[in-house]
Amino acid sequence: MVQIGDHLLDVVGAPDAANDVVVTAKDVRKSFGRLEVLKGVSLEVKRREVVLIIGPSGSGKTTFLRCVNHLEKINGGTIEVNGHLMGYRRDNGRLVEEKEKEIARQRRDIGFVFQRFNLFPHKTALENVMEAPVQVRGQDSGEAREVARNLLDRVGLAHKVDTYPAQLSGGQQQRVAIARALAMRPALMLFDEPTSALDPEMIGEVLKVMEELAHEGMTMLVVSHEMGFAREAADRVVMMDDGQIIEEGTPEHFFSAPVHERTKAFLSKIL
Amino acid sequence: MAFLGAPRFIRAPRYRLVLAGAFACLLLVAGCSSGTPFKFNTDAFGEAIFQPDQFIINGLLLTVVISVVSQIIGIVLGILGALGRLSRRRPLRWLSALYLWIFRGTPLIVQLVFFYFGLGAAHLFGWPDLVFLGFTITGAIQAGIFALGINEGAYMTEIIRAGILSIDPGQMEAAKSLGMTYAQSMRRIVLPQAARIIVPPLGNEFNNMLKTTALLFVLGIQELYNTFVIKAGDNFQPFEMYLACALWFLLLTTIWGVIQGWMERRLARGTPGSQAGGGRLLDRLFSFRGSAADPATAGTH
Repeated sequence: MVQIGDHLLDVVGAPDAANDVVVTAKDVRKSFGRLEVLKGVSLEVKRREVVLIIGPSGSGKTTFLRCVNHLEKINGGTIEVNGHLMGYRRDNGRLVEEKEKEIARQRRDIGFVFQRFNLFPHKTALENVMEAPVQVRGQDSGEAREVARNLLDRVGLAHKVDTYPAQLSGGQQQRVAIARALAMRPALMLFDEPTSALDPEMIGEVLKVMEELAHEGMTMLVVSHEMGFAREAADRVVMMDDGQIIEEGTPEHFFSAPVHERTKAFLSKIL
Repeated sequence: MAFLGAPRFIRAPRYRLVLAGAFACLLLVAGCSSGTPFKFNTDAFGEAIFQPDQFIINGLLLTVVISVVSQIIGIVLGILGALGRLSRRRPLRWLSALYLWIFRGTPLIVQLVFFYFGLGAAHLFGWPDLVFLGFTITGAIQAGIFALGINEGAYMTEIIRAGILSIDPGQMEAAKSLGMTYAQSMRRIVLPQAARIIVPPLGNEFNNMLKTTALLFVLGIQELYNTFVIKAGDNFQPFEMYLACALWFLLLTTIWGVIQGWMERRLARGTPGSQAGGGRLLDRLFSFRGSAADPATAGTH
């Protein structure tokens, strides 16, 4: 197999270390109608830190992740990314939603990898990766093409640059999706169950890319049940249940001595 | 790249049988008329088909030009209407709904005469002739294009809205997560994908448009149909003239059918089983068009 995931950040350059804390979430609350999905979630992610969020389905982990890049509005609390309120601005002490353009500008620095890949089906792998740098950052298309080629090469898909997503396997699609997010040179990468939609034999190739990325110093917030990834790459694991963080610690802590009953029960099911 | 082939279950149409039947019916109708036996005037008919005079050519061109311009106006209004209906702003949604309500709720022929004769009589707008690139565009033609375009826009709104809604919301989210604005995401990501879904019904709309221009005879416009009405009145051969008229329209819609098939195949790039709209020429002409595979099922290998 092609060596994948080597030196991903060489291609786009490591994020600048302007701020030591990348994500600061304070008492985040979110409801869908009457259903309260997030009941006050507070979490900090430091630069170069890799945080894994685990928890049963319905615990609010995906919703929380989507709030971080404002794909969901929040009903209470604050989320700061790179020291700026995400999606909101203060107006006489109250939080008002930012203009759409400003939210888009904030999202440039946050990569998001979806469970269902969400590649653009009418564009080739290369065009998928080039799209945002050219359209959003205004990068020269020749330069963007070069970077995109390199990125696809590093995720082991040099031979698939001109292929449309429908002709790629799930694992290949997800690797293109990671390359697409990286092409924007994000300061933070969010992963929403990136391996849940994959066949078992394809999970490894995606996790390998993610682990390389983590080792190269990317700041990552990952929602996943892959405890193997926790062992290899995570600095911290966060357990969510019923809209709250109920336990937090190093991967070793979760493997050897989880405290909370819900955590024990959950881990016994997935390990 | 290897396209994933999908089985085609479409049977070749029995077009020969259909044509033979239609011809037999025509002969029957022709033979049953009372009084003096009817004699089909081959010369007049052949001339109208194989040696069309300047009137017919002009009528043909006018029908095509009016159809194309009206359809383009319809598509532009349809995109605006669809974006309005899907807008987060309530006034835009209402405006769009009002537009649909009025123009889908009243007969096109009433809209035509209202805009031309109605507005003119009320001294609201007199539709003066326009000179454009040396051509004079009469007020009637302007009013006709205006009404056809606005009416078509209402139907295109629904078609385009359905096309946009059929695109996985994950596409918009992926575009936004890369820092694209709503407008960029629509223009670069959602609308190009929706276009593939919109083209088949759009093809139907334009097919309809070509034929609907016949209504413009109420405004005195000498398009294809009106040309033959006048000819039939002149030479007292309505059977030959209206049959020739029908054949000319059939030629136009047939050519359009071929163009539409070509467009569908181009837009199907990157989709599994992407021979959609392809297939044999005769299948397409006789509109036994079938999408060979469900475009929603993602292929893996």
